[in-house]
Amino acid sequence: MKKIYPNKEVCIGCHLCEVACVTAHSKTKDTILAHNVEKAQEGLAPRRNVAQDGPICVALSCRHCEEPMCVAACISGALTKNPETGRCEYNEEQCVGCWSCLMACPFGSIRRHPFKEKIVKCDMCAGRDTPACVEACPNAGLVFEDRGKD
Amino acid sequence: MAFAPINKNYHDFFVVRDKEACINCQVCVRQCSYGVHYWDEARQCVRHDNTKCIGCHRCEALCPTQALLIQEKPSTFKPNALWRPVFIKNIYKQADSGGVLLAGMGSPVDIPVYWDKMLLDASQVTNPSIDPLREPMELRTFLGAKPNALQFEQTDQGPKVKTEMKPNIKLNTPIMFSAMSFGSINFNLHVAMARAATELGTFYNTGEGGLHHSLYQYGANTIVQVASGRFGVHRDYLNAGGAIEIKIGQGAKPGIGGHLPGEKINAKVSETRMVPLGSDAISPAPHHDIYSIEDLHQLIFALKEASAYRVPVSVKIAAVHNVAAIASGIVRAGADIVTIDGVRGGTGAAPAMIRDNVGIPIELALASVDQRLRDEGIRNQASIVAAGGTRCSADVVKAIALGADAVYIATAALLSVGCTLCARCYTGKCPWGIATNDPYLAKRQNPDIAAKKMVNLVRAWSHEIEEMLGGMGLNSIESLRGNRDKLRAVGLNSVELDTLGVKAAGR
Ligand code: SF4
Ligand code: SF4
Ligand code: SF4
Ligand code: SF4
Repeated sequence: MKKIYPNKEVCIGCHLCEVACVTAHSKTKDTILAHNVEKAQEGLAPRRNVAQDGPICVALSCRHCEEPMCVAACISGALTKNPETGRCEYNEEQCVGCWSCLMACPFGSIRRHPFKEKIVKCDMCAGRDTPACVEACPNAGLVFEDRGKD
Repeated sequence: MAFAPINKNYHDFFVVRDKEACINCQVCVRQCSYGVHYWDEARQCVRHDNTKCIGCHRCEALCPTQALLIQEKPSTFKPNALWRPVFIKNIYKQADSGGVLLAGMGSPVDIPVYWDKMLLDASQVTNPSIDPLREPMELRTFLGAKPNALQFEQTDQGPKVKTEMKPNIKLNTPIMFSAMSFGSINFNLHVAMARAATELGTFYNTGEGGLHHSLYQYGANTIVQVASGRFGVHRDYLNAGGAIEIKIGQGAKPGIGGHLPGEKINAKVSETRMVPLGSDAISPAPHHDIYSIEDLHQLIFALKEASAYRVPVSVKIAAVHNVAAIASGIVRAGADIVTIDGVRGGTGAAPAMIRDNVGIPIELALASVDQRLRDEGIRNQASIVAAGGTRCSADVVKAIALGADAVYIATAALLSVGCTLCARCYTGKCPWGIATNDPYLAKRQNPDIAAKKMVNLVRAWSHEIEEMLGGMGLNSIESLRGNRDKLRAVGLNSVELDTLGVKAAGR
């Protein structure tokens, strides 16, 4: 199963992955509208976060774990593990905003939606061959590959 | 920003930001190592300070909405053919600082480029051209001394070459990566160059910064340099490479030593160069043990002795007046390769006046060295490597036709990994992560990507060289070497034609 792996050795902290993420998850798929309109009006937020401390930067998001803590913690069934695709899927309709998953995720990969009482989480760009963040990264700071079980 | 000191307002570049397109993502803020872009808290948007922009184009290249344009500032001084803006601005700067003007990369000054005044021959009906896609093309090149004549002997297994061959290095393409020291460029790029040279079957040169132990595995494709500072030079280093190069001079700054500022000496550089952490590494202008050709002879043979006569020794000089006589002396002193670096060679840092006013074009130097060595009957005793401002594969072909065995590229290799020739290498803030050891900036060069780009560049040029050879009806680079009949010049006077040994077009 292919997963997104961050590489802190070459991540330059440009945040272009976040820009691509927001665009990919926008209605318009237009970078300018996504950032200047949808972000302000609908609280569109990146599902990937770049952490930085001096020269060390790394782009973090959901690991789509083998045995996801968030799925175990979710009280409403909004989070499920798809054994076929390996994706840890999220159904916004079902989310009740209890933040159990937020506390359960050991990687801090789940965030609160800026406006709604819902969460924001990486979906590995369902529907795309390569996730938008991986495609946009200028330095191979993110790679999408199958490394077997991890 | 308002209220900049008077002379700061005569800056060279300014930023045009398309406000409609800017999404305030701050990518530009993070990419600019000169602090031009910033987040304006009061206005809640990204803004910039034009006075600080040095024109590296990093922000422009990475802006996800193409909202940025970096332009030369259009304000002009009153036109004056003598007092061009560069001279005026330099005087303002020096009146403020009282210091030597520093610059990086090669000279941008308008010195004639003879490559552009020479054209290649092409086969027509009398001799046919060759299709390099169908016929084998030979770019293999051997650098080192060749024997005057070959002697053979009969053995039970048949005839064998009796003549003892001097050590040579084998290149799959006549292009090598020129000396760029670890320190002046960072470790990521040294790894990338080493890997690229190995993959291409050619050589890279350590420059005067020594060789980090982790790169000894690429030794078979490494030329180890011995410069006046002797940084990182020890027995294992001399034996790690496939060739040794003594650096006497450098095209970008003939007669000037090297200076790597203390800020660039991090733990790895300090270990490799064998200099204390954070202290300046100064290589003096002269080698303090070379004051004559006899002294050079001693050093060449000391290095050959230290490396058990297994590898060729090269001597690199800058192209200067009387270069042919100097090269003849170098060959007679025992060098197996003479490297000549022309006036457009690059550097991490040089006084701008030296960079722009000292030296001669490589084309003239190369032609006169090759001719002199031929006239003296010693051309076979050494190979000639030309360096300094090779911009494309046609330059390589012309260099070989003028007498070079191979060329070194450096600026072109840096361009392949993003360099925009902003010429601020000496600041240590290279926004492209090349001429910097700042760990945050150096990360911008992913060694895997950089190696791939360098390999691609040399592969592309090699294909083009094959095409040009085929067009001339030649199937090996050997047949082109010193074959000046394959060149014709346009717009040159008779002295220049004579120096180049090239006929005028139409002749
Ligand atoms: S785009 Fe790549 S280099 Fe830039 S922050 Fe994201 S992972 Fe790092
Ligand atoms: S990188 Fe481009 S879009 Fe982002 S803030 Fe800068 S100018 Fe605006
Ligand atoms: S990144 Fe380079 S071109 Fe862009 S503003 Fe900074 S100095 Fe100027
Ligand atoms: S190496 Fe870096 S600092 Fe030097 S000219 Fe190129 S981009 Fe500019």
